[in-house]
Amino acid sequence: MNNHNIFQHHQHAHCESGVTANLLGHEGIPISEPLAFGIGAGLFFAHLPFVKVNGTPGTTFRTWPGAIFKRVTERLGITIHKEKFRTREKAMRALDQVLAQGKPVGMLSSVYYLPYLPEAFRFHFNAHNLVSYGKEGNQYLISDPVMEETTQIAPEDLANARFAKGTPEPNGMMYYITQSPKEVNFAKAIQQGIKQTNFFMLSPPLPWFGNKAIFLLAKKIKKYPQQLPPRKAALYLGNIIRMQEEIGTGGAGFRYLHAAFLEEADTLLKRDDLREKSQELTAIGDQWRNFAYSAARQMKNRNSDRVSYDELSELLMEIGKQEKTFFKQMEQLKW
Amino acid sequence: MPQDALPFKDKDKIKKVVYAVDNKGHYTEVQSAGWEAEHVATQQAWEAIEEELKETAEKVAKGELSPIAYFMLKKLMDISILARYVGKWQWQVKRHMKPSVFKKLQQKTLDKYAAIFGITTLELLHFGQTPPREQP
Repeated sequence: MNNHNIFQHHQHAHCESGVTANLLGHEGIPISEPLAFGIGAGLFFAHLPFVKVNGTPGTTFRTWPGAIFKRVTERLGITIHKEKFRTREKAMRALDQVLAQGKPVGMLSSVYYLPYLPEAFRFHFNAHNLVSYGKEGNQYLISDPVMEETTQIAPEDLANARFAKGTPEPNGMMYYITQSPKEVNFAKAIQQGIKQTNFFMLSPPLPWFGNKAIFLLAKKIKKYPQQLPPRKAALYLGNIIRMQEEIGTGGAGFRYLHAAFLEEADTLLKRDDLREKSQELTAIGDQWRNFAYSAARQMKNRNSDRVSYDELSELLMEIGKQEKTFFKQMEQLKW
Repeated sequence: MPQDALPFKDKDKIKKVVYAVDNKGHYTEVQSAGWEAEHVATQQAWEAIEEELKETAEKVAKGELSPIAYFMLKKLMDISILARYVGKWQWQVKRHMKPSVFKKLQQKTLDKYAAIFGITTLELLHFGQTPPREQP
């Protein structure tokens, strides 16, 4: 067991890559958030018109919850323990036992039940990651990577957050590191992360996942003015913007975060081609931002002006094409 | 890096981290108060909820929907989430939103709904019987 009892909290852009970076840092493995995100192949895109989240079609710019922590620890040879629970009592007792050993514990939670977050963010989003690193009286000490400072939470609130219902259901999921190597091989892990990101963006044969889904969304947006009442069309657009910009993505739907990863990979592996790729992805990220900006203007007007929806659709088509070229070139990299 | 704070539902209380390129061309973490596009989207999402909440309150007052429909929205839930919390099927929860079915619900079921909504059973039963008041 490690003997550094003081948990170092760092604020990060995204909850899961942030928790991963903070937990590994506590084990004496220095890893930045972009590095955790890239090694964990966090970048993705999916649009699921038939899965309605609070009445709007699901859109995501990242891989599924839990994948980043799992991949990063696997790739760096770190052993972890993960556990779900049937009851709140068992889940809280198990958490107390691990905390008593001085181990920080990662947990899945629902942001709806986290009183320290601003109300503006508190929807029923059930895949938020946070760390508890100890107790003071009966209050849990919390390191939430999206917060500037550490905070505390009452046991009742934490239990509610861990046992929220809906999709997905955290079922009290907690995870912590049990063993970590003295030295880690970042080079190989970076390569695996890059290859997996390419794979998930380019190879899914279904229209809802990866690069193909960007074109799908572009086609759908074109039809919004014909198919939806103005209020609904505006809500659909708003949801895409929130997924892209508001929900801890580090800007431009994780594209800037992944570009930061490529830059750091270049520094670690001494390959200038990754630096170039980083710059290209930054330029693509700028276009995502431009899309969000235009979509927000369209939303504010709330007039189903077909021309503007056409323009938004074209902006996305262009982004889709450029990302396709980008990831195809990433596949060509020699290792 | 735009810094358009939004004093709306405490959103300005958090400065989040975003990644941006500095003037030497290197990525760095920057704290951001957010920018216009996402604020428009945040505000719109909440305004849509408030609009729907008002419409639902009116429907409850007119006897078209039961108070369950109102409090579900107030808790930002949809039928699938609420069904999971009460431990019922979605079609059952949908039925409970009919005033005629709601009137006949067992005490036990009413208590369960009230507990999920964080109100007393009386508050649940009597909601909408007087003209809907502004909810804080």
